[in-house]
Amino acid sequence: MLLEIKNLHASVEGNEILKGIDLSLRPGEVHAIMGPNGSGKSTLARVLAGQEDYEVTAGQVLFNGQDLLEMEPEERAREGVFMAFQYPVEIPGVGNTYFLKAALNAVRKHRGQPEMDAVEFLKLVRGKMKLVQMDEGLLNRPVNEGFSGGEKKRNEIFHMAVLEPLLGILDETDSGLDIDALRIVADGVNTLRAADRSFLVITHYQRLLDYIVPDFVHVLVDGRIVRSGGKELALELEEKGYSWLEGMAPERAAAQPVGA
Amino acid sequence: MQTPTNTIEQFASQEYQFGFVTDVEQETFPPGLNEDVIRRLSAKKEEPEWMLEWRLKAYRHWLTMEEPTWANIHYEPIDYQSISYYAGPKPKGSGPKSLEEVDPEILKTYEKLGIPLHERAILAGVAVDAVFDSVSVATTFKDKLAEVGIIFCSFSEAIRNHPELVKEYMGSVVPYTDNYYATLNAAVFSDGSFVYVPKGVRCPMELSTYFRINARNSGQFERTLLIADEGAYVSYLEGCTAPMRDENQLHAAVVELVARKDATIKYSTVQNWYPGDENGKGGIYNFVTKRGKCDGANAKISWTQVETGSAITWKYPSVILKGDHSVGEFYSVALTKGYQQADTGTKMIHIGKHTKSTIVSKGISAGHGQNTYRGSVRILKGADGARNFSQCDSMLIGDQCGAHTFPYIDVQNPTARMEHEATTSKIGEDQIFYCNQRGISTEDAVSMIVNGFCKEVFRELPMEFAVEAQKLLAVNLEGSVG
Repeated sequence: MLLEIKNLHASVEGNEILKGIDLSLRPGEVHAIMGPNGSGKSTLARVLAGQEDYEVTAGQVLFNGQDLLEMEPEERAREGVFMAFQYPVEIPGVGNTYFLKAALNAVRKHRGQPEMDAVEFLKLVRGKMKLVQMDEGLLNRPVNEGFSGGEKKRNEIFHMAVLEPLLGILDETDSGLDIDALRIVADGVNTLRAADRSFLVITHYQRLLDYIVPDFVHVLVDGRIVRSGGKELALELEEKGYSWLEGMAPERAAAQPVGA
Repeated sequence: MQTPTNTIEQFASQEYQFGFVTDVEQETFPPGLNEDVIRRLSAKKEEPEWMLEWRLKAYRHWLTMEEPTWANIHYEPIDYQSISYYAGPKPKGSGPKSLEEVDPEILKTYEKLGIPLHERAILAGVAVDAVFDSVSVATTFKDKLAEVGIIFCSFSEAIRNHPELVKEYMGSVVPYTDNYYATLNAAVFSDGSFVYVPKGVRCPMELSTYFRINARNSGQFERTLLIADEGAYVSYLEGCTAPMRDENQLHAAVVELVARKDATIKYSTVQNWYPGDENGKGGIYNFVTKRGKCDGANAKISWTQVETGSAITWKYPSVILKGDHSVGEFYSVALTKGYQQADTGTKMIHIGKHTKSTIVSKGISAGHGQNTYRGSVRILKGADGARNFSQCDSMLIGDQCGAHTFPYIDVQNPTARMEHEATTSKIGEDQIFYCNQRGISTEDAVSMIVNGFCKEVFRELPMEFAVEAQKLLAVNLEGSVG
């Protein structure tokens, strides 16, 4: 197992968002997490990445057999957890290439590999850029500064291509993308699919899953997975809407949707 | 996981790296200031009568002045009688003649600070004047510079050997009546650097002065005068450090720059005086007057400063744009942490036609630091087609610190073009998390974000100094955010 989530509970400012998640990913698998707004999809992504605002109140997460929740966010990243952000932040004055080189070398150092020099790095970056159809101009600009919505999302996939994680988490990467941008992002992800790399694709809409075809689909309602199935579950959901499954969430009355 | 609270504590207790004391035999005047002290000081430095007269004129004027209180800084009143106005390594009151005469302990001090004074050991391309308390202890590469006619020596030496130049230019940009601290400096200034670059000469290397305060209870009052004659070019750097002491020490310097027609002066400062301890005890009071005059057409003066030290910084490097088409620039990074206070900025005075000024100020506040930008842009009546661009950005780290901006603008000519931009941002938890998520540690993330914020200023520094400045910021910022 690459990732094992057992009975995960998490809250933010005292409100419980995740109410017992169980989920396992084997290497190479693509799992989609779908669910209505406020169901806890993005919370799950951020808890896995280690964002401080979320408090884990119960449960366990093993990543490659190690206790993921004990690790600092940067350790998780170096171990191979990558999250493509829903809203990537801008870092003025810090060049995208410079940033990425620092990130890659931090990961390489952790793995006991020598740091990459500028020449090697540039070669690597050029190759990856083609892979995700990045415009070379974005390389020398400050991280995400002045990027369009589509460029930001593509930049996330580009970062993922360079850092080569074991687990890629896409946090609503499709939100705000038009169909062309969506296709480019999906193509990028598809080329990164590999036997030793798993994906957790978080999305509200079935549309993304037309391009990134998952092995498994899980439906999250009110902090719990209420239904799991194959890729056909996404289509069924598209047809019937989330209300079809919302009744299946126990203790619905106690729910307080906070954030996404 | 680190919380913002405990990392801010770590940050506040960050050790100052240059706080050691050199054990060297010193000759120090007893504390106190009066005309006799000034006479003794002048005699000690074997000065001519005209110099003493100038000092006394300044002192008498100073007695009529009041300490300014308009700055956004708070401190206990300074007792000017408790300060010693001369401290110098014994017995070389007038400065050693060569490196061989310099006390080895002092040479070791500069080695420790990373400023080797042996010429063969110095990175090619930088000549250094080292000022230890009140005395210039060594100036390197003098002979090589003399070959192209450049004078680079201590101020005391310039008074002895080049009195005509000193008489002509000293006080021509910052008159002895200028302001409280500059007037005090004129009365009691100890040493500093003197540079003259003759007509049409491009200085072949970076010139630099390294100021070190070592003695207890003493003030440092250095005075620097830099003249670039017609068509000359010079790039000058200064660095400063001091030992850790419980009491506050006063540093009141004056720097005067004169750029003649078609000349360019680039003046860069990396100021790292002792900032005081984590409770705000001790530290240097840095009250400095720096001004340049573009005294001819197409002259250019560019100030770049990285201010990371001192308990209090009061400093406004300015440019008088007298020559037509002359250019003034001010690029500044000021970092305040712990209980540091900085009130700094610039004045750009446009007199000539088509004069142009650029101001880029980056203030970073952390801990309980207070950072004020104070700038003034004046366009006088005759300054047709003058242009100014000002940009003042502030960054806050943590929630105990403050950033303040006071821009003053006075335009008396309708053809002027003025642009002013200002921003305040908080170093975002989300930015740090984003970096963490890519494998970058919090400390590296903070230093990366801050360096990105300061990039426009660092770009103006000479290469070696830019690297040094980035490292200095990184060290000063260690553990500042959780």
